[in-house]
Amino acid sequence: MSSGIKVWLYLTPALFFLVMFTYYPMVQVLWDSFFFKAYGQETASFVGFDNYARLFRDPEFGVAVKNNIIYAVGTVIPSLAVGFGLALALMESTRFKNFARAIFFFPTLVPLIAAAALWIFVYFPNIGLLDYYLAKIGIGSTNWLGDSDIALFSMMLLSIWKNAGFYMLFYIAGLQGIGEEYYEAAELEGASYFQRLRYITLPLLGPTTAFVFIIALIHVFTYVDHVIMMTKGGPIGSTNLVLYYIFQNAHEFNDAAKATTSTVVSVIALLAFSFFSIRTMERGIHYES
Amino acid sequence: MANTRKRSFPAALAFFVIISAITIIWSGPFLWMVVASFKPQTFGGLDMASVVPNFMPTLANYELAWMSADFVGLYINTLIVVFGILSVQLVTITLAAYAFARLEFPFKTFLFYLFLLQLMIVPPILIVPNLKTLVGLGLSDTLVAVMAPYFASAFGTFLLRQTFKSIPRDFEDAAVIDGCNWFQILRYVLLPLAKPALVAFSIVSVVAHWNEFLWPLMVIDSPDKMTLTVGLASFARAAEGAADWGLIAAGTMIVMLPLIIAFTLFQKQFVNSFMFSGIK
Repeated sequence: MSSGIKVWLYLTPALFFLVMFTYYPMVQVLWDSFFFKAYGQETASFVGFDNYARLFRDPEFGVAVKNNIIYAVGTVIPSLAVGFGLALALMESTRFKNFARAIFFFPTLVPLIAAAALWIFVYFPNIGLLDYYLAKIGIGSTNWLGDSDIALFSMMLLSIWKNAGFYMLFYIAGLQGIGEEYYEAAELEGASYFQRLRYITLPLLGPTTAFVFIIALIHVFTYVDHVIMMTKGGPIGSTNLVLYYIFQNAHEFNDAAKATTSTVVSVIALLAFSFFSIRTMERGIHYES
Repeated sequence: MANTRKRSFPAALAFFVIISAITIIWSGPFLWMVVASFKPQTFGGLDMASVVPNFMPTLANYELAWMSADFVGLYINTLIVVFGILSVQLVTITLAAYAFARLEFPFKTFLFYLFLLQLMIVPPILIVPNLKTLVGLGLSDTLVAVMAPYFASAFGTFLLRQTFKSIPRDFEDAAVIDGCNWFQILRYVLLPLAKPALVAFSIVSVVAHWNEFLWPLMVIDSPDKMTLTVGLASFARAAEGAADWGLIAAGTMIVMLPLIIAFTLFQKQFVNSFMFSGIK
């Protein structure tokens, strides 16, 4: 068997499915975004950039983009901070710390939809878990999911709880990879705990942070199970996210033009982010070596 | 070890108390789920949120939950989906990883980057065109359609390629001298040595697809083809409408039980697998 044929035998199965469900759909969705099929019409007609004009005129899309950016910032930064804090507290392996790690990591493993089912009760006004225990320390009832000023923050809190333990694992691995000699040298120089944290730990964890940041960011743009389960994008659009907007237009409103066009916008945003993040990751890794 | 603070006894005690308190708050939703699922119905109302088990436990919520949804069918469908995906993935990633780790061919780097693209353009973003493709193939409302977009995995290919690259070529050379063909080399030399990576990938893959919701929700219409997450969502929505929190807790518990058991038994393996998944 010539080696050329052999290579293709190895690559074809994986490549076939990648072409079918990653590359082809990217091209197809771009193509489709230039056509519009009116209700009752047999075939779609070419409309140029009309679908894009229609998408950008849709205030709901703008709201979804804005919400998603707020949600990304408000979820990613706190989850990384909490993950890092937990890792610092729990990095040594003791019985108690291993148990605590398992507790913090467990939410990562459960389906987001199961977490959402439980958190509907956590957030239920007055009798729910949060209000019930907050009342014991004298804090009055809050409409966590029903108040449009608060609902998005409630979704962020759920995501932080769900993911911080996952990021903690990467930070523990990163912390354990830092050589003892750095700290010994710093201690000889009389550096305090916080000085060591600031000038040794944080810079050396740069690659870990870059990596975790990318995973966390992809996560906030590709998971909307909790939105579907808990708020359906409401109240008054305050928890509508881009993928939920796509889902709703495809699945509920049957607005194929908006669903395809907003998919194209998302793919372009993710591609742009990929180029940016590959460069950041490379820089982070160079720093280490 | 590393950057640690030397603590006096009171400081160590304070640390222990604070971490314990955060741990309890963090596990609050799960504690509530367990307690509420055993709570008698009459206990509903104002005291529903209490996690203090001051009542005679009952299985009534579980009985009602078990009757309100076809959990056996949901479990079977979910098992078919996760192990269907995993078995195809193991074939596609092993072959591709072997090519990228051991063979030389034109456009190798370009093709490798093309593979990696799937790490960024993840399937949930492409639900709209992928659904169109599968409908076009006459596969809508089938479990195959739930699985198909995941049959190739950039992440698995990458993980296994790194592992194959770390295995010295001497082992294969020896096997070639003994008259092994490429399949025997893979089967008896490379794959056994890559076992930790394969186990890690399998755990991450099974958990990810067990938990998947949006895609099966879009693909499946027939109730008898739903997966656990989709079934749980409609079950919980109905129970929520009736404000039957004990029922939601029991239903969620039924869905999460295998996970809780597996995690308790193989905690280290789970943690290591997810940690491994990030080491690039």
